[in-house]
Amino acid sequence: MPETVVVVVNGVLVTMPVGSMVSAAILTAGVSSFRRSVSGEPRGPLCGMGICFECRVTVDFEMHVRSCQRVCENGMDIRTDE
Amino acid sequence: MNKTDFDCEVLIVGAGPAGLAAAYRVTQSGSRATVVDDNPDPGGQIWRGEKKKATSPEATAWFEKIRGSKIEFINGARVYHQPAEGILLAERDTEVCELRYQKLILATGARERFLPFPGWTLPNVMGAGGLQSLVKTGLSIDDKKVVIAGSGPLLLAVADHLRQSGAEVLLIAEQASRASLTRFGFNLLGQGGKTAQALNLKRRLSGVKYLTGCWPNAARGKDKLESVRLQRGTKTWDVDCDYLACGFYLVPNLELAHLLGCDVTDGVVFVDEFQKTSLVNVYSAGESTGIGGLELSLVEGEIAGFAAAGKEREARELFSIRQKQNKFARALNRAFELRVELKSLVAADTIVCRCEDVRFDRLQASDSWRAAKLHSRCGMGPCQGRICGAAVEFLFGWKTESVRPPILAVKVGSMVSK
Repeated sequence: MPETVVVVVNGVLVTMPVGSMVSAAILTAGVSSFRRSVSGEPRGPLCGMGICFECRVTVDFEMHVRSCQRVCENGMDIRTDE
Repeated sequence: MNKTDFDCEVLIVGAGPAGLAAAYRVTQSGSRATVVDDNPDPGGQIWRGEKKKATSPEATAWFEKIRGSKIEFINGARVYHQPAEGILLAERDTEVCELRYQKLILATGARERFLPFPGWTLPNVMGAGGLQSLVKTGLSIDDKKVVIAGSGPLLLAVADHLRQSGAEVLLIAEQASRASLTRFGFNLLGQGGKTAQALNLKRRLSGVKYLTGCWPNAARGKDKLESVRLQRGTKTWDVDCDYLACGFYLVPNLELAHLLGCDVTDGVVFVDEFQKTSLVNVYSAGESTGIGGLELSLVEGEIAGFAAAGKEREARELFSIRQKQNKFARALNRAFELRVELKSLVAADTIVCRCEDVRFDRLQASDSWRAAKLHSRCGMGPCQGRICGAAVEFLFGWKTESVRPPILAVKVGSMVSK
């Protein structure tokens, strides 16, 4: 068994392998809309490498975190669509 | 913000294959190498995750070499500014790294080119490398239906990786024609695929449809992707899928080169035979000097590393290998040239700039990138035109090379810290 971490995505517990990115945890939670665009469209990850800013979410009350570059930590509170 | 100072002899920006190869040769030559990179681990995009669990023989060999050398790594740090010559600033978590260097090697790599088409902004429409990166960093793709589309050999590598990770790859849509691929020796899955890698992929991808001259012309779904409409010749059809992994070849990351003032010609950093840029003490290697794949990036990195450490004779010994790889790169770039039909995928109401939601019809009134920025805010959002820039270059032929510090969105504290 690989080691795991547990994070909270929009109030739901998600178990991920150690080293997973927050973006992977969000999709694993079944959430596909990471943020709303300026005209209100749902958006999700595009580039996977930290340049498009489409996957930005709120992590432990820090806003605009690029979820494809933030590694999951135990107990992390992740919120999308804010 | 806290500030940490780093005194670097040779500073390398980018920990992909070119950056790693450069750093290795620098330390081998008896100089000190510091590598700064924005990801949590070295490897760049192509070797993402390979440090912990190497699957490719090249990555295994190179990470072995790296382990035995004394390279200093600054991971998870994004370079955003040059306050004075010989100094770069990078943001890492809540601190600013001040990097003072004697020699600098830019190995900033490349990104996927994205082209707008109706529905491309829907969640679960991603880059091909984008989806691969997610899977490498924890997303389970088991039993998911995936369509892979766009252009370039990356599509095949992604298909292979996703399949091995349990995905059902429904098809690969390559926009280049079969004739174009064959003409330049890239009949990758057909007969005559020459390289060992192509043969290997051919075997591993058996059963997957590889359609040349085929591209997505719309993605559909309510709140996320449900199906993709594909086009091949005059035929169109819909395919239901969970993910569309779509990237149209690669474009070099040039923001830092522009910021420093390196000459850039034809969309790549200009370098001499020692990988030296137009600036004194600044070198560049890998995809930033032209898209050419792994082998070319490695040898360019080695040459830059030797040269920056003053070992020109050792650098020169690698010129013939680079020449051979350059020839391959030229053929590669010709084979996967974008077809003109892709310019008409975009509809009047298709969003081109995803940060500011600027539609195609709002851009049509402008005659330059600058005018478009002023009138529509296209390219003015957090990504600073990194995504839409390559698209409008292709759609309108605009040059999109203007950058200002900071070269990416940073915390306010990073700009005001002393």
